[in-house]
Amino acid sequence: MNAPALLSVSQVETFYGRIQALRGVSLDVHEGEIVTLIGANGAGKSTLMMTICGSPQARSGQILYRGHDITRTPTHQIMHMGIAQSPEGRRIFGRMTVMENLRIGASVADPSHFDRDIERAFALFPLLKERRNQRGGTLSGGEQQMLAIARALMAQPRLLLLDEPSLGLAPLVIKQIFGAIRELNATQGLTVFLVEQNAHHALRLAHRGYVMVNGKITMTGTGVELLGREEIRAAYLEGGVH
Amino acid sequence: MEYFVQQLINGVTLGSIYGLIAIGYTLVYGIVGMINFAHGDIFMVGAFVSLIVITALGLTASTGLGLTILALILVLVISMIVASVYGWTVERVAYRPLRGSFRLAPLITAIGMSIVLQNYVQISQGARVKPLQPIISGGHTIMRRVDANGEFLVQVSNMQIFIVVITFSLMVIFTLLIAKTPLGRAQRACEQDTKMAALSGINVDRTISLTFVLGAALAAVAGLMFLLYYGVIDFFIGFVAGVKAFTAAVLGGIGSLPGAMLGGLVIGLIETFWSAYFSIEYKDVAAFAMLALVLIFLPQGLLGKPEVEKV
Ligand SMILES: Nc1ncnc2c1ncn2[C@@H]1O[C@H](COP(=O)(O)OP(=O)(O)O)[C@@H](O)[C@H]1O
Ligand SMILES: [Mg+2]
Repeated sequence: MNAPALLSVSQVETFYGRIQALRGVSLDVHEGEIVTLIGANGAGKSTLMMTICGSPQARSGQILYRGHDITRTPTHQIMHMGIAQSPEGRRIFGRMTVMENLRIGASVADPSHFDRDIERAFALFPLLKERRNQRGGTLSGGEQQMLAIARALMAQPRLLLLDEPSLGLAPLVIKQIFGAIRELNATQGLTVFLVEQNAHHALRLAHRGYVMVNGKITMTGTGVELLGREEIRAAYLEGGVH
Repeated sequence: MEYFVQQLINGVTLGSIYGLIAIGYTLVYGIVGMINFAHGDIFMVGAFVSLIVITALGLTASTGLGLTILALILVLVISMIVASVYGWTVERVAYRPLRGSFRLAPLITAIGMSIVLQNYVQISQGARVKPLQPIISGGHTIMRRVDANGEFLVQVSNMQIFIVVITFSLMVIFTLLIAKTPLGRAQRACEQDTKMAALSGINVDRTISLTFVLGAALAAVAGLMFLLYYGVIDFFIGFVAGVKAFTAAVLGGIGSLPGAMLGGLVIGLIETFWSAYFSIEYKDVAAFAMLALVLIFLPQGLLGKPEVEKV
């Protein structure tokens, strides 16, 4: 991979007050890849996702997106540059309908593509079409996760950030969501950066993976490579932390 | 009966004015979680700007009704613009720098801004009350009774019609703005989850500024209506009207837009009926007592936010 990365994080340190959550994180995500970041609860995965989006901003280090330095760019401007996130905890607008949530997601997209995009989102998650006039807060956990991903897709992103989309969901729903991610990547060439505690599914889906421990990247390799490593199996797959 | 109907008409007129002010409290509370104590004073500034423009235009009762209404709409627009600038500035100067600091800090600057605006108007416009001669005259008798005590008429003045029509139209326009437009959607998104709104590409700071601007513009409308209704204003009207409108917002359910309008009507009716049947001297006490009662017995208000169902 010699082409410049779509997203390049180098030596990033992020703090919450005096607590340091990221300790010099570096990683790359290339156009067309699915890259996963795995790690135990509290490792700093969500902090990295949010730091990429500028909330909180990195105290030091650099984040390049398509060659632009976005380390100090305000969050809403970063989202206008083609990055979208389905955040930890889904953060659905509970008092808005499914349709309104999707419209919010489309805030940064070209309005003339709205009808086409909404049809694509409904084709990916047909359940959402049935629920489109229902308030977000009344959806089930799985439906909310689908809505969170669909909302992010309405932004027409080049880079999709997904923070633990499988958390708390039934195996069948997880399968459906991971299937949707694979399809988006295969058919539309969408680049995906996926954070997961569910390492098994994530590593099988991803082209490459990183492992984070205590705010540092400790291992990297292809999904298959990491799946085969003994320390990964012990820590994240076979009755390990999660 | 006739007396009751007359009070009802007066109460609705007054209540619609309170409702307009209450919207500003409720919107700002919804999005930044603070009580903007300077909001009542923005309303007062709106009333003064209206008076200045009316005087400059030379409007009097002898101006024709059609021309008067056109001129008043011009007054309205100017007053809304000026008040918006004040509202925007207050947020920018006094509240934004403190966002994210401890909860009491913006409350203290809000009270400070309120005092600043009052003193500023007191110094620039004088401390004495400013009268305005009635400029919309005439009215309609809708009920009439003659008995041993003489004649009793129930009247709606043209001015009351003007106030209620303009106020309710603005409330409808405003409700549609919040419910249907991208701006309204952004406003509601910030209110529900600021962080997610930013992650969706919404400029949160700008949306908050716009919320202050919209609230101030509606307060300016209320300022003009108050001026027309009572015919006198001074630099202190923002405090009393502000507390009543705040009560209306709490009564309706702070953060709720229809709640603010409903609360305004209820407070206007309570005040009017209290003055009519009990004691006009204690009419302000009725509103304050109401605030205390609501806070004790109905803290979530009449139309308080439905809880977001969690799965
Ligand atoms: N808003 C916050 N304020 C203070 N500390 C936080 C905050 N969010 C996360 N942290 C801390 O930062 C560390 C990393 O958290 P997080 O990024 O959520 O980890 P992960 O997503 O890997 O579970 C944890 O120690 C957590 O307690
Ligand atoms: Mg996390």
